[in-house]
Amino acid sequence: MTWRPRLAEGTAPVLVVLLLLLVGLAIAGPAYDEPSGYLALLKRAAPLMILAIGQYFVIVSGGFDLSVGALVTAGVVIAARLIDGSESATTGVILLVLGFGLLVGLVNGLVTTKLLVPSFIVTLGMLLVLDGAVFLWTDGAPRGALSAGFRTFGRGALDVPVLGEVPWSVLILLAILVAAALFMRSGTGRALVAVGDNEAAVRLSGGQVDRLRLLAFVLSGLLAAVAAILLGGFAGVSAQVGSGLEFRAITAVVLGGVLLGGGRGSVVAAAAGALSLEALFTLLNLLGVSGALESAVQGVIIIGAVAYASLGGGLRQRLRWWPKQRDSVRPAPS
Amino acid sequence: MSTVHENIAPARRTAARPAVRRRLTPVVIVYLALAALLVVGSVLVGMRGEVLLDQAGILNILTRATALGVVAIGQTMVILTGSLDLSVAYLIGLTSLIAAETMAGREGMIVPGLLLALAVAAGVGLVNGLVITVLRANAFIATLGVALILRGYLEHTYTGPAGDVPRGFQHLGYDRIGPVPVAALLMLAVVALSWWYLSRTRPGYHMYAVGGDVEVARLSGVPTRRVIVTAHVLCSVAAGLTGVYLASRLGSGAPYVGTDAGYDLESIAAVVLGGTLLAGGRGGVVGTLGGVLILATLDTIFDDLEVDPFFKDVVRGIVLVTAVALYARRMMADRARGRLA
Repeated sequence: MTWRPRLAEGTAPVLVVLLLLLVGLAIAGPAYDEPSGYLALLKRAAPLMILAIGQYFVIVSGGFDLSVGALVTAGVVIAARLIDGSESATTGVILLVLGFGLLVGLVNGLVTTKLLVPSFIVTLGMLLVLDGAVFLWTDGAPRGALSAGFRTFGRGALDVPVLGEVPWSVLILLAILVAAALFMRSGTGRALVAVGDNEAAVRLSGGQVDRLRLLAFVLSGLLAAVAAILLGGFAGVSAQVGSGLEFRAITAVVLGGVLLGGGRGSVVAAAAGALSLEALFTLLNLLGVSGALESAVQGVIIIGAVAYASLGGGLRQRLRWWPKQRDSVRPAPS
Repeated sequence: MSTVHENIAPARRTAARPAVRRRLTPVVIVYLALAALLVVGSVLVGMRGEVLLDQAGILNILTRATALGVVAIGQTMVILTGSLDLSVAYLIGLTSLIAAETMAGREGMIVPGLLLALAVAAGVGLVNGLVITVLRANAFIATLGVALILRGYLEHTYTGPAGDVPRGFQHLGYDRIGPVPVAALLMLAVVALSWWYLSRTRPGYHMYAVGGDVEVARLSGVPTRRVIVTAHVLCSVAAGLTGVYLASRLGSGAPYVGTDAGYDLESIAAVVLGGTLLAGGRGGVVGTLGGVLILATLDTIFDDLEVDPFFKDVVRGIVLVTAVALYARRMMADRARGRLA
């Protein structure tokens, strides 16, 4: 048999949707005749895609992370207050923000695994704590300013020989995406999916369920901190910078065909889901749909996507006229 | 069976223990915590030379508890069934607007306004339930999607408060008997009614069955789809009642009255704080009432102590996680000692 590229389960629909949206963009907007338009789209989408990758790790292992939006806000507000315009503090504060994300993820993970509290509740509690603590610390309104060096990652660009100017955020996104895809192909990554699919089986076969779950939350927290650094640079300091991002990231992951409850889906598809969401918003904007209706469209789309994912298999089976190849018959790849 | 067990000494010894521990159910813990909170709060407020549980204090706690209480009772039913409703906050805003706009200041339109608001709420619940059962979408996504659709409609149609509630209807929000608001009594009636429904009727039992294990319930002949749809309709109607109540207090409808107070996540927090399992099948409205009262009392104490409002969120988050960790620990302990051992 000839080799054919095999996509992970559930990846194809989101890629088709993404392609349609990109074609739609090319027709609707003159800015999308050139690569630079798409590069700008990718730059805008980078923070959400990074959040979606982090959320993917948690969702595929059977959890939720509702704290990422609050974590993004916290990261930006903390950075602005500590840097306060001084260039010399930039590096230290970036490391601090990353460390903070790591710590929040660690707490989420430890409470979930050791105290056996459902992750929905843990991260909801973390959301409340972070929102409250950040504004308690800043007396209600974010203060200070980010330095130019800090903002480079969100808005600056790097000269790449062939491509020309490539935004930093796109480079960071690509690095994270490649690393995430490689990670999911490794033993640890596969075990993470297995935990979401059947925790008991992983435990009985000697897998470190708690450690894997903890890892997922830590990665999600760390990536939320990265998203905070990009968003702080791109959008500036505000108390609303991260609000609602947790639901948007979950939407993106689900749009990418990842099963809520875990055990199924690919990380590239989750990132593609985030890009699709951002492309959709751009398209709606170009078509002159009011910003208010954006969320309604988003609502219809996620219901449709999930309904398709759970009913679609059945529909496809009914429409399929050729016999399905059984996995057991297919020779194992060597 | 029981005679066999009674003849075995070790079994008897282990059987006696859970009986003692079983009295400390989450519901009991919640009300003990509430009592402790009231005592500690009274002392703290008393040190400032004020009284926590004076007329104004009781009124404050009960008023806060009324709005959250009704949504949380609806949320309890949905969570017991193993589902979840993230759309209640926007629905509260929507129903407050529908009621206030239909009434438009006319006394004669009170009943039609009320009925229309509740009918729309029931319709939204029906959509939630059908999306989950027929389209087989995960409850989290289904209700999040419906919430986003409602949000889009609200943002598109309204820019601020609208409608006008007649004087006669404002009595619902402000009348009281002594320190007890009439609305709080109505809320308690809703609690009593749902307690009866959940623990004394067949459809109520079915909710527990579906929440415990959908497959087992289905194989035992429980109409699982109908149960889930019913739970969602009841939950949305409860949210509608809250919207109507808030309209009567505000004197008009407001699109963000539900989301500003965060009733979606707050109601889930109250339910879980009240000892209901997030995964469904265990818990009840009595515990939820306790959870709601704890949250309302915390708020009132913080107001009396003039604590920074942002500090409230921090404490709320910690209380929530601690409570659920406690319940989880107890459940694991029970299971380890359990009947299978």
